[in-house]
Amino acid sequence: MEIMNRVYGDMIVVAPTGRIDHATAADFERAVGPLLDAAAGSRGGLIFDLERVSYISSVGLRVLMIASKALRARGARIAVAAMQPVVAEILEICRFSAVVEVFDTVDAALAMSPEAAASRGPAMKAP
Amino acid sequence: MKRVRFWGTRGSLPVALTAAELRARLVTAVKGARAAVLATEEAVESYVDGLGFPVAGTFGGHSSCVQIETNGSHYVLCDLGSGARPFGQAAIARHGPASPQTYHIFMSHLHWDHIMGLPFFTPAYIPGNRLCIYGGHSELEAALRRQMDPPSFPVSFSYMKADIEFIRLVPGSSHEINGMRVTTLRQRHGGDSYGYRFEQDGRTVVYSTDSEHTLADPADTKRFVEFFGDADLVIFDGMYSLADAISVKADWGHSSNIIGVELCQLAGARHLCLFHHEPAYDDATIARVLDDTRRLEEITRTGHALRVSAAYDGLEIDL
Repeated sequence: MEIMNRVYGDMIVVAPTGRIDHATAADFERAVGPLLDAAAGSRGGLIFDLERVSYISSVGLRVLMIASKALRARGARIAVAAMQPVVAEILEICRFSAVVEVFDTVDAALAMSPEAAASRGPAMKAP
Repeated sequence: MKRVRFWGTRGSLPVALTAAELRARLVTAVKGARAAVLATEEAVESYVDGLGFPVAGTFGGHSSCVQIETNGSHYVLCDLGSGARPFGQAAIARHGPASPQTYHIFMSHLHWDHIMGLPFFTPAYIPGNRLCIYGGHSELEAALRRQMDPPSFPVSFSYMKADIEFIRLVPGSSHEINGMRVTTLRQRHGGDSYGYRFEQDGRTVVYSTDSEHTLADPADTKRFVEFFGDADLVIFDGMYSLADAISVKADWGHSSNIIGVELCQLAGARHLCLFHHEPAYDDATIARVLDDTRRLEEITRTGHALRVSAAYDGLEIDL
């Protein structure tokens, strides 16, 4: 699974690609784990750019739940953005709208942090 | 195996419609009838059927009890929740009290909602009947006897005059019982629970309730995919939403409709029946969960279609 990370101010944007299912969820979890401290430490948050994700199963949603618990416990935010219709419907059916904030676009998600919105220009590679 | 009948489908605790809920349904039905022409019996039946299950029906209230109708003359039952009482009455009404019958009863576990029907299971009191009670727990017999001890119940287990036998099954192995191949699987639940896979004449039914799936362990997923493999019907603990099951209700020992769909899809099962409904859910909520589950199956389908149902007291599914 290809996963690209970018930092905008105090927010980290994680952009996985493809299906997040029983075959790939472990890769997804390994990629997200190290970002949690960085996102929580900045008191900003983590945005999952799901534009290029075609499917997410329960094991992938478990990773979002773990991230949500870790970040919210430390006052940071977590959001998903740019979901394909199928993925958006899966999250709705799984009642995840209370677990993560949902935005139509990554820009809209970044707007929840003035610092991130201001640095929307050139991005830096995440740790 | 020919058919599955549901006598009790509610999780944790029996529930009943309240008078206020029943009245609200009647108001809905009567309002809808204002503009309808209901001059014939058929028109009335058609109108009622069109009201939808949450108005015209109810998922019901008894705790777990499921009958599997086999090709033999013996009865096969899963769990002895409060649904065992109407099942027992129906069996006696069918045969008469003087006609000895054999009941093979498979216990998922010994929590109260799964055993509370035994004291009210009339066939157990009738000499000549035979009860073979199977389970994976070492405390199987003790737990069923204990609930009838004072001060919990006024009638001792010793008043049950049927021939009652307790048989401990070995998890992970298969047994030939009543012409069926029965495979037992240990499941994640407080104090453990056991799922059962029944196979007979090319038909397969899986009873898997009170079973939590952690999602973090691929080996666990593989075990259940194999256990559900190519089943004609999987009766599945869909008690919680996925969000609840993996957060505030993690380690409560139950699963969700979402995981049911995924496991059945991976296993190539043909029919998923949501079971062990959350007692806090009203009929409209369960109906919405069913609609959501069917939609999820539709948008995530990669192979053949998986039929999805929600169990209710009185439901019959032909195999």
